[in-house]
Amino acid sequence: MLTILFDGIAYGMLLFVLASGLAVTLGLMNFINLAHGAFAMAGGYAAVVLVNKLGWPFFAALPLAFVIPALAGLLLERTLYRHVYTRPHLDQVLFTIGLVFMSVAATDWVMGSQQVFVQLPRALEGRFEVGGVGIGRYRLMIIVLCGLLTIALQFALARTRFGSRLRAAVDDPRTAQGLGIPVNAVFSVTFAVGSGLAGLGGALGVEVLGLDPHFPLKFMIYFLIVVAVGGTSSITGPFLAAIVLGIGDVAGKYYMPKLGAFAIYTIMIVVLILRPQGLFSRAPGR
Amino acid sequence: MSASPPGVLAAALAERLGQRARWRPIEIAFWVAAVASVFLLPGKHIILAEIAILALFALSLDLILGYAGIISLGHAAFFGFGAYCAGLFAKHHLINEPVLALGAAGLAAAALGFVTSFLVLRGSDLTRLMVTLGVALMLREIANRFDELTGGADGLQGVGIAPVLGSFAFDITGHVAYVYALAVLAILLVLARRLVHSPFGLSLRSVKGNALRASAIGIPVNARLVAIYTVAAAYAGIAGALLTQTTAFCSLDVFSFERSADLLLVLIIGGTGYLYGGLIGAVIFKLMQDWLATMTPQYWQFWIGLLLVAIVLVGRERMSRWLDAARGLVRLR
Repeated sequence: MLTILFDGIAYGMLLFVLASGLAVTLGLMNFINLAHGAFAMAGGYAAVVLVNKLGWPFFAALPLAFVIPALAGLLLERTLYRHVYTRPHLDQVLFTIGLVFMSVAATDWVMGSQQVFVQLPRALEGRFEVGGVGIGRYRLMIIVLCGLLTIALQFALARTRFGSRLRAAVDDPRTAQGLGIPVNAVFSVTFAVGSGLAGLGGALGVEVLGLDPHFPLKFMIYFLIVVAVGGTSSITGPFLAAIVLGIGDVAGKYYMPKLGAFAIYTIMIVVLILRPQGLFSRAPGR
Repeated sequence: MSASPPGVLAAALAERLGQRARWRPIEIAFWVAAVASVFLLPGKHIILAEIAILALFALSLDLILGYAGIISLGHAAFFGFGAYCAGLFAKHHLINEPVLALGAAGLAAAALGFVTSFLVLRGSDLTRLMVTLGVALMLREIANRFDELTGGADGLQGVGIAPVLGSFAFDITGHVAYVYALAVLAILLVLARRLVHSPFGLSLRSVKGNALRASAIGIPVNARLVAIYTVAAAYAGIAGALLTQTTAFCSLDVFSFERSADLLLVLIIGGTGYLYGGLIGAVIFKLMQDWLATMTPQYWQFWIGLLLVAIVLVGRERMSRWLDAARGLVRLR
């Protein structure tokens, strides 16, 4: 029972790190980015190649799993995404679906279609018991790492100069530009960091979620749920939504395997009907 | 205009509507070509039947996207529901005659569309996307889990389809399938034409243009959206039922996200809001898919994705302006 809770929290934390970049682009910048999972997949495959093929230690590969998708995100933002920010939502949907299809096929071509695994260091394998609760070492590492990232993210958004610039740029780009905030640069950096976090999440998630070229499509709905259910006015909303989703998914699969993901979708639809702005938004629903 | 008595105004309106609804020569040419393909391309009837089914499905999306402005990422929900209904009707001999089964599947999908339409009335584009996608995924989960009924991941096996109208049995060459699908498409297109050229269709366009102002001039916005969503669901369900009947098979794939996404691409290629967009888009999409799949069997999705990105970057407005120019030459509108 507590083990399931523990696994669920680890899963939820992972989902949050994966989706946090989306929470900013979709939530704050109101850009429907269905291709977010592609950056997570890039990070995952970067880690797999570095660790398995080149023999890097797992922890040395993690920073690169952040940097590579971040650079890719920066490049794509500068060249392509920026033209689509102000377009209608239908265009954004079509554009990002196109990117997903391309990334899936390209990954399939380069890496093959089979599921891949990453070799973990010895220290992270297996589990130990604390008061009758089985605790996986790897999942404990995820919780610690993702917890630290969450605190850092919250701090960066709420307390730093960059965070307030970002919020200003989102609230009113024109006024922010008039006040001397380099809006485009702020958006670029934000997008890059979001992509990098997704990549890091993807690398950490290889062991838990599995990784194959269809990753962006399989988990797209999960990322969207985190953001849409969590609401878009703060980072804590998506965080809580991710934890609830993680626990719900793990517990659902354990206790009611027959229902599977069905319960998740139902809850999502009910929440969206009752509170279209998300569960944890400060603004009144509607 | 304001000085004219109401009767004169109504007559003028009716005349305008009548003009808009008149059959253009290019439309007639389109259907002549379609009928000619039955006789001239006997070896291609299997892919032509697929095109006709996809065209009907795209027509259904056009009704809600092009005329009512609802973005759906889960239109495959109704397609799949219709497909499974038709499959189950035939497998368990509930309704043997295909045309009747088609109608029943359409009604079932319409009922589902009516129920779920209330979910898309509220919220922003994002909420609609999520809800439509969620409904499709949910149905897919249901079909996957209740495998005693649906066959689960293996698909619905052993579907035997009776001859159409009791006398035309489906054959391996796809002749009957194509003529059947084309006939259904033609009938439903004529109905859709009547619908969008009626005052009801005009009111839908005004809702798409500006829902707030439409309600200010007395159009019941929500009722209109529910109605068109239900009709579109019925169309999609019939398209799905056609797929099951012509292939005698039905799998979880009918609910897939890729199907909904491809459908958006089909409609965008052909253009939205004039009914023939879905038909033209379906022809282009299927031929392109066929060609790409023979060139690169595994990776054709890459090129589909590239096309989507390119379309958006070039700009749909610019493309539709080119199309308008082309249409100005042939006077489709």
